[in-house]
Amino acid sequence: MRLNIEGLACRRGERVLFDGLSFAAEAGDAVVVTGPNGAGKTSLIRLIAGLTPPQAGAVVVDGAPLARESLHLIGHLDAVKGALTVKENLAFSRALLGGRIAGETALEALGLAALSELPARVLSAGQKRRLALARLLVAERPLWLLDEPTASLDADGQARLAAIVAAHRAKNGIVVAATHAALDFPGAREVRLGGAPA
Amino acid sequence: MIAPLAAIVKRDLLLAVRAGGGAGVGLMFFLAVVVVVPFAVGPDIPLIARVGPAVLWLGAFLASLLGLDGLFSADHEDGSLDLLFLAPVPLELVAAAKGLAHWLATGLPLVVLAPLLGLLLGVEPRALGAVTLSLLVGTPALTFLGLVGAAIAVALPRSGLFVAVLTLPLAIPILIFGVGATSAAIAGEAAAAPFKFALSLTLFFLVLGPAAAAAALRHARD
Repeated sequence: MRLNIEGLACRRGERVLFDGLSFAAEAGDAVVVTGPNGAGKTSLIRLIAGLTPPQAGAVVVDGAPLARESLHLIGHLDAVKGALTVKENLAFSRALLGGRIAGETALEALGLAALSELPARVLSAGQKRRLALARLLVAERPLWLLDEPTASLDADGQARLAAIVAAHRAKNGIVVAATHAALDFPGAREVRLGGAPA
Repeated sequence: MIAPLAAIVKRDLLLAVRAGGGAGVGLMFFLAVVVVVPFAVGPDIPLIARVGPAVLWLGAFLASLLGLDGLFSADHEDGSLDLLFLAPVPLELVAAAKGLAHWLATGLPLVVLAPLLGLLLGVEPRALGAVTLSLLVGTPALTFLGLVGAAIAVALPRSGLFVAVLTLPLAIPILIFGVGATSAAIAGEAAAAPFKFALSLTLFFLVLGPAAAAAALRHARD
C-alpha cells in the first residue's frame, strides 16, 4: 500500500495550524510527526483517520480515499472502560473492529497477560496505555495512526511498542505516529509541524 | 455487520449492570414516584386506582429520560467514541445499538416492574395489562428520542438543561397517547386508535432517533 498526504490544510477557529502539508509513505514505512504543543499533531492524526474533514487536500491510499476499515487509531485517550476487565475491553475492540486475532496474543505482546482478569479501573496509566496499544494487534489494519503512543509508558512498554511496530512494518504495514518523545522506529521519516505555540 | 453491533449492545449492557448506575437509578426513581403518590393523594383508594395508570406512565416517563444524558458523553470523555466512529458499520446503526442496549437496561425493567407497582396502587387487573402493554410500546420511543438529546449533549458541552428543554416537548405526545390508550382500555372504549398512535411514534423515533443522533455526533467530532 502507498499512503499519500496531498496538500492538507487544517484550521482551528481563526488559526491556520498547517497548510499545504504533503508527504507519502510506502509499505513498511514509519512517519514520525513532531512539533511543539499546539502545532496540530493530534489534528493531523484525526484528519488522516477521517474523523475531521480537512480544510483542503486529501488523504489517498493507492489512488482511493482512505477507508476506515484499513486503519487503526490510538488516540491520546485510551478508550478503556474501567468497569470491564482487561480481557473484556480487548474482546469488545476485537468484535467491534471485526478482528480475528486472539486477545491473549495481543496481551502477551504488551506484557498484560497476567492482568487479563482484572477490572481495567485498577490499572496504572501506563498499563491502560498498553491495553489501548493491544487493540492494534487484535484486528489486521495496514495503517496505524498513533497519537503520543509512548505517553505514560515505561522503558519495557516502549520496547514492546517498538517491537510490535517493527513487526507491523515487516508485514508491509505503515505507521504514522505523533510524538514528543524519541521513538525507537528505525529509519522513520520525520514530518515537522512548525506552527508557533499559541 | 451484526457482530460489531452485538458487541456494542453487550458492552453497554455489561457496563449498565457493573456500574450499577443507569438501570438502578431509573428503577429506584420509578419506585419512589409510585410509592409516594398514595401518601400525597391521601387514603382515597378509588381515586388512587383511577389515577394509577397515569402515575405509572408518569413515573416510567421521567425514569426513562433520566440517565440518558451520559449515553454518548461517557464514550466521548474516555475516547471510546473515536473507536465507535471507526467501526466498520454506519454510525446510525451504532447509535441504534446503543439505544437498544439502553432500553434493555433501563426501559425493559420499568415495563416488567409496572404491573407489580400497579398492584401497590390498587389498579385493577385488566388495567394492569393495558398499562404494561402501552409501556412496552411507548418506552422505546422515549429512549430513541432521548438518543438525539444525548448526542446533542456531546456536541454542546454543559447543555444538560438545554437538552431537557429540547426533548421534553417532543416526548409529551408519547405520554399523551400512552396514557390515552390505557385509559380507553380501562373505560372499555376503543383503545386501538391511541395505541396505534403510540406505536407509530415508536416506529417514527426508532428510525429518526439514530439518524439524528448520528448527524449530531458527526457534527460534534469536528
